[in-house]
Amino acid sequence: MADLRTNFAGIRSPNPFWLASAPPTDKAYNVERAFSAGWGGVVWKTLGEEGPPVVNVNGPRYGAVWGADRRLLGLNNIELITDRDLYQNLREIKQVKMKWPDRAIVVSLMVPCEEESWKAILPLVEETGADGIELNFGCPHGMSERGMGSAVGQVPEYVEMVVRWCKQYSRMPVITKLTPNITDIRKPARAARAGGTDAVSLINTINSITSVDLDLMAPSPTIDGKGTHGGYCGPAVKPIALSMVSEIARDAETYGLPISGIGGITTWRDAAEFMALGCGTVQVCTAAMTYGFKIVEEMITGLSNWMDEKGYASVDDFVGKAVRNVTDWQYLNLDYVTKAHIDQDLCIKCGRCHIACEDTSHQAITRQKDGKRHFEVMDNECVGCNLCVNVCPVDDCITMVPLAAGEVDLRTGRVVTGDYANWTTHPNNPMAAKPAVAEPAE
Amino acid sequence: MAQGVLKEGIAAARLAPEELKANFADLHAPLDRHEAQVEADRCYFCYDAPCMNACPTAIDIPMFIRQIATDNPMGAAQTIFEQNILGGMCARVCPTETLCEEACVREEAEGKPVRIGLLQRYATDLAMREERQFFTRAEPTGKTIAVIGAGPAGLACAHRLAVKGHEVVVYDARPKPGGLNEYGIASYKAVDGFAQAEVDYVTAIGGIEIVHGQELGRDITLERLRQTHDAVFLGIGLGGVNALRAEGEDTEGVVDAVDFIATLRQADDLAEIPVGRHVVVIGGGMTAVDAAVQAKLLGAEEVTMVYRRGREAMNASRFEQELAAAKGVTIRHWLAPRRVLTDGGKVAAVELEYMREEDGRLVGTGETTRLACDQVFKAIGQRLNGHGDGLEITGGKIAVDEQGRTSMPMVWAGGDCASGGDDLTVTAVAQGRDAAESIDRFLRGIS
Repeated sequence: MADLRTNFAGIRSPNPFWLASAPPTDKAYNVERAFSAGWGGVVWKTLGEEGPPVVNVNGPRYGAVWGADRRLLGLNNIELITDRDLYQNLREIKQVKMKWPDRAIVVSLMVPCEEESWKAILPLVEETGADGIELNFGCPHGMSERGMGSAVGQVPEYVEMVVRWCKQYSRMPVITKLTPNITDIRKPARAARAGGTDAVSLINTINSITSVDLDLMAPSPTIDGKGTHGGYCGPAVKPIALSMVSEIARDAETYGLPISGIGGITTWRDAAEFMALGCGTVQVCTAAMTYGFKIVEEMITGLSNWMDEKGYASVDDFVGKAVRNVTDWQYLNLDYVTKAHIDQDLCIKCGRCHIACEDTSHQAITRQKDGKRHFEVMDNECVGCNLCVNVCPVDDCITMVPLAAGEVDLRTGRVVTGDYANWTTHPNNPMAAKPAVAEPAE
Repeated sequence: MAQGVLKEGIAAARLAPEELKANFADLHAPLDRHEAQVEADRCYFCYDAPCMNACPTAIDIPMFIRQIATDNPMGAAQTIFEQNILGGMCARVCPTETLCEEACVREEAEGKPVRIGLLQRYATDLAMREERQFFTRAEPTGKTIAVIGAGPAGLACAHRLAVKGHEVVVYDARPKPGGLNEYGIASYKAVDGFAQAEVDYVTAIGGIEIVHGQELGRDITLERLRQTHDAVFLGIGLGGVNALRAEGEDTEGVVDAVDFIATLRQADDLAEIPVGRHVVVIGGGMTAVDAAVQAKLLGAEEVTMVYRRGREAMNASRFEQELAAAKGVTIRHWLAPRRVLTDGGKVAAVELEYMREEDGRLVGTGETTRLACDQVFKAIGQRLNGHGDGLEITGGKIAVDEQGRTSMPMVWAGGDCASGGDDLTVTAVAQGRDAAESIDRFLRGIS
């Protein structure tokens, strides 16, 4: 049985599955239910400074994007930070931490960008016995209009400054949560590291309008005829999150910085993918809000079984293992040739591969053979693009098969060399380096 | 007070009114919006979709399902009606399990096709309920076409002709329009007067006059119609019933299944329809199943369908056979009727001979058995009533070419009475529609 225990920037938890700072972690009741269900840790929903708490809208807070069968693929929200009293939150954090000492409790914080504000709240959090803090520099709606959340996260200098205060006035590990609403995610990550952060977490939600109500002629969710942009999350944002995580994981300036991965994680496999790209822990919200806390059982057993299968004894054995294989386009091997192959036994003859290829790509899939409905790849036309694989409704029916060295690519007539040759040396590249340049060493 | 299933002889009101009501309720409950959305989501929107190719009227099924899925049910209804103006009835009576749903790739993938028939019903019901018409008539052509028979073929033909701007007079022998939709299918397949509602929907386009009580050969003649109209379409169905050719088939208690089915459909009160305690249905087609199942639902204690060949040769679809079995009908194979035995002038039993196949030919074995019964339904097929004066007949049907043209100028035919069909409602609709296109081309001097 694989060991799922994690030590993330000094914060220990029995497994890498944490709940992200969000409605599921707003109070003791929910958090205790989460711990009972098996979650390894939580990031308590963001606390603001002392005084009258923020207020939320009283109309709908969430918007959604659905896939087939109304499966929730994307969720957006316009909820603010906790609207409960600061001291009540602090009391509950302390009680829950005492009751569940083996679980990680990280407290999310968002106060104005002033030294005094941070200096005031940090000791209060520290007193609860919480394991660490997460700086909410990500929230893209509401709070950002008040100069907090993503308004801070979008300015690397502010990120560095606040992180520095937190490290100065607290002994707790600091996780800096990054907003994806920025052109280059490496900039705030580098700033956070410069400020002394112990880790980063990403992504926070993405600025979004999920839909427009065509009767009201207003964005959804609609509050008395008006709508505003909200923060987008759920399975739909996972590819964006993975890319941003990988950017930080392979950046020379942030290399080795612990990352807590967030963004559409729904299954153990999603979690493993984030971890393979360098995340020591993962944070989940939408999946829990869709299905309840019980899903963590599937995540724990799924990850554990997969690790056993692969021979990974502990999570450290595979965290970051895929980072070395994330590269720039220019270093991809242009002498690697694949062809799609359709398994005729699995094919249900829906023809989507054909029409996708015929209408929108390379006219490389037949529609009949001997007068019968039959879908087969024509190797002399196939560029190996993978579109047919992506549109096929049957798992593993279409696969991409690499040509071995010595085989002829029927499309180009060229023999596959089996060598590695990328764009940097390609004759069509006006900038090509004269001597062969291999991918730079790590 | 119900008389009960054990009442001897042929008796009405075997079951209590509420039992009859439940028994004759809609066979398949319609999908509600949620169910339709869930089902529509299952469609893969196949290229050159096999379901569409399996549909005799070639409805663009993936398109109408996508329109349902995208909350555009009126668009879906239009897609259906453009190919098949009787899409509502076809959604109810089509043997989808041997047509579109058999071809569905999900049938191959997981043995569970998209429920196309129910989705089609969802869209067409909605449009009909809202009285949405999707067709406008072309400029009047001044031409008038006689359509004989207000069944599926005749109605489909009349509608398409009306769309083209022609005037149509539909002549029908019966007091109500609809043909087999009104008189010839099991009551539970189209409840709540659907057949009449559909006729109203089809004729709402205008330019279609229906004249009742006009039977070809009795009240009207082909020769006369050809003089008074610009073209004639025959959609007269198969009015004759094949005889058993068994001794004693004229005995009281031996009934044509089609008459029994028609009587049931027209009954205001099902409790008034008498049915035997022990019923034997001779035949292996849809009509036999419709009669057998309904006899059972009326409260017959025991209903046995008897067919002279094996299961695979039955015209009734697998689904129909399973429906019959599920309703408690016993189906026996390789038995042919030889004698109806009587007692006091009433049916007492049928004597049946065991059959077998020899070199592809059906032969009797000489061995017989008897089934005690008090009522026998004949359902061994219908045939053309002898009206086709001067028309070439092939295989017992009016010979037509691929456009529905008969051997006689100005005369087209389609549906069960015409050659090349398969006795399905949907095929009749396709033939009627295509004949209308051919007639239109003819009248415009295009072909």
